[in-house]
Amino acid sequence: MSSTVSSTMSAALADDRMAQATQLQLTWWRFCRHKLALVSLGVVALFYLIAIFADFLAIADPHATDARRSYVPPQGIHLFDDGAFSPHVSGLKGMRDMKTFKLSYVPDPSRKLPITFFAHGYSYDLFGLIPTDRHILGIAGGQPVDGIFLLGTDQLGRDLFSRLMVATRISLVIGLAGVSLSLLLGVMLGGISGLYGGIVDTLIQRVIEVVRSIPTIPLWMGLAAALPNTWSVTQVYFAITIIISLVGWTELARVVRGRFLALREEDFVIAAELAGASQLRIILRHMLPSFASHVIAATSLALPAMIVSETSLSFLGLGLRPPAISWGILLQDAQNVQVLAGAPWLLCAAIPVILVILAFNFLGDGLRDAADPYG
Amino acid sequence: MLNYLARRLVLALITCAAISVLTFVIIRLPPGDFVDAYIANLASNGSMVSAEQAVAMRHEYGLDRPVVVQYALWMGRVVRGDFGVSMMWRRPVTEVIGDRLWLTMAISVSALFLTWTIALPIGIYSAVRQYSIGDYIATLLGFMGLAIPNFLLALILMYAGFRYLGLSVGGLFSSDYAQEAWSLAKFWDLMKHIPLPACVLALAGTAQLIRIMRANLLDELRKPYVVSARAKGLSELHVVLKYPVRAALNPFASSIAYLFPYLVSGSIIVSLVLGLPTVGPLLLQALVAQDMFLAGTIVLLLGIMTVIGTLISDLLLMWIEPRIRLRGRA
Repeated sequence: MSSTVSSTMSAALADDRMAQATQLQLTWWRFCRHKLALVSLGVVALFYLIAIFADFLAIADPHATDARRSYVPPQGIHLFDDGAFSPHVSGLKGMRDMKTFKLSYVPDPSRKLPITFFAHGYSYDLFGLIPTDRHILGIAGGQPVDGIFLLGTDQLGRDLFSRLMVATRISLVIGLAGVSLSLLLGVMLGGISGLYGGIVDTLIQRVIEVVRSIPTIPLWMGLAAALPNTWSVTQVYFAITIIISLVGWTELARVVRGRFLALREEDFVIAAELAGASQLRIILRHMLPSFASHVIAATSLALPAMIVSETSLSFLGLGLRPPAISWGILLQDAQNVQVLAGAPWLLCAAIPVILVILAFNFLGDGLRDAADPYG
Repeated sequence: MLNYLARRLVLALITCAAISVLTFVIIRLPPGDFVDAYIANLASNGSMVSAEQAVAMRHEYGLDRPVVVQYALWMGRVVRGDFGVSMMWRRPVTEVIGDRLWLTMAISVSALFLTWTIALPIGIYSAVRQYSIGDYIATLLGFMGLAIPNFLLALILMYAGFRYLGLSVGGLFSSDYAQEAWSLAKFWDLMKHIPLPACVLALAGTAQLIRIMRANLLDELRKPYVVSARAKGLSELHVVLKYPVRAALNPFASSIAYLFPYLVSGSIIVSLVLGLPTVGPLLLQALVAQDMFLAGTIVLLLGIMTVIGTLISDLLLMWIEPRIRLRGRA
């Protein structure tokens, strides 16, 4: 008897909670039901943390080359030494292959190099403001050729792990910048198109159709190949951001226009008009909340697409140019099967690309379901 | 219906014209022209080109005329089927491209059909059984397809084939047939090689379509008419397939039209990785060498082929979707 009463009461309390919650709280509760999206939110946050602290997490200077340690395989960290906790890595020693007479550097287990935390390394500016030279890991002593190579090295002997950290920053920021530009263009043009209709609408729709009916990769290749060789890394960076956002806005514009057209006829919009609300108020207060979920879903799809675009372009050698480091540039080294057969760890650069795209997609899907007022 | 058809045709023509202008602009964007690149190339081999020779070359290729005139000259020839001479290969562009364009289209169309046949049933299942294990697996697989850029997938497959099977994955023909003339045996050889690149290409598109279908159907399933259909006592299969699926197909079908350009452009980069004899590798070479006629022709032909492909899928859409037929008549 008492249990029935308490369950009825808790149900009533839950109803009360639902009734009093704001739209944002309701959305958050619905979002939490989507476990994958919640995990993805964590993954995305982690990646942006990596992007912020890229230089701190990098162990070696990502640009420092050393021909002697070309293609060193990934090194494990040994945590214990004779039963005592003392993390260390092996040093490198030169070995001459008696068949090819080629000198290569291989790990030498007899030379133990202890790992230190918050070690001094190359100098950089934390957050672009605070000059420092602290890095999360470092080794004490050792020769110039030695280092911690968690993911091995590339042909020029640069540490892949450190390069991956720095590449994460560039690739994520370029995606974010590209999607912001697309969003701006898409919402503005889509909004104008849906709001005014008539000849403006027709014109914008034709432009969108033309842009969309051109296969994008040849278009990007053409535009990217057109960037002058003399441009600096930063100039190319901005140009590539603009190129990838130029193609991405059409989807967003289409979604926004479609929603505008559908909502214009809705009873609540007409009611608001009759009540004398201004056009801006109708759009921001009444229409925007009901199509925000669609825009979020489209943005969540556009963001990973931007990252892939940059990666593909750089992979082809038409995007960012060395010494800039991005995921695409790292993957460019892994283009050749012969190279991959000898140094399969170069494919490691594919893992963050796949993870980030997956995480953004799950996140967007969760947001879409959560923001849907019929959910 | 005829009205609709005529409108689509006119639009396709306008699109083709716009593509030609854009193509020409892209090709003209790089600073310097082919002659500059050619001279630089010769200089790196040790031979020199005099200033008079450079001027003569520019005149020969019409590079000294105003841009608008160059465009008009180019278009005039294109309409007559003369795409000019590839400056890099010193052979007519049509000859350089050869079968490559058709092979590009063959791969893209196979990928398109593969995408449709996989995405539709999985999308419906995912929406009807939202948050079931099957939905999660389908969603996960779909997202894997979306998350692994197709060139990376090609790269991973190629490495796996090389490492674990000792195969060289890639190409569209066995070495016996590569240089042969077309025959039934060569066609069969092509058919045996097409599934791999088609699957690589289709994966991403399938993921996207599953997502769209699932989202659309979910929106429809929550509408009151579904509840009343169910309340009427219709079988679950009937309730789902007869009304909401058909309503959800409209945005789904219109996104199919945009899938084709996407597949064509994906085929370019996949071809580069897998070493397929399509226009992809040729386009990259031409762009790097600033071989204007060749690169221009490839982008233009790809664009026109895509417009035709889109037109065909529009016609299919009209056949599926009565609302479009009726709107056209009105």
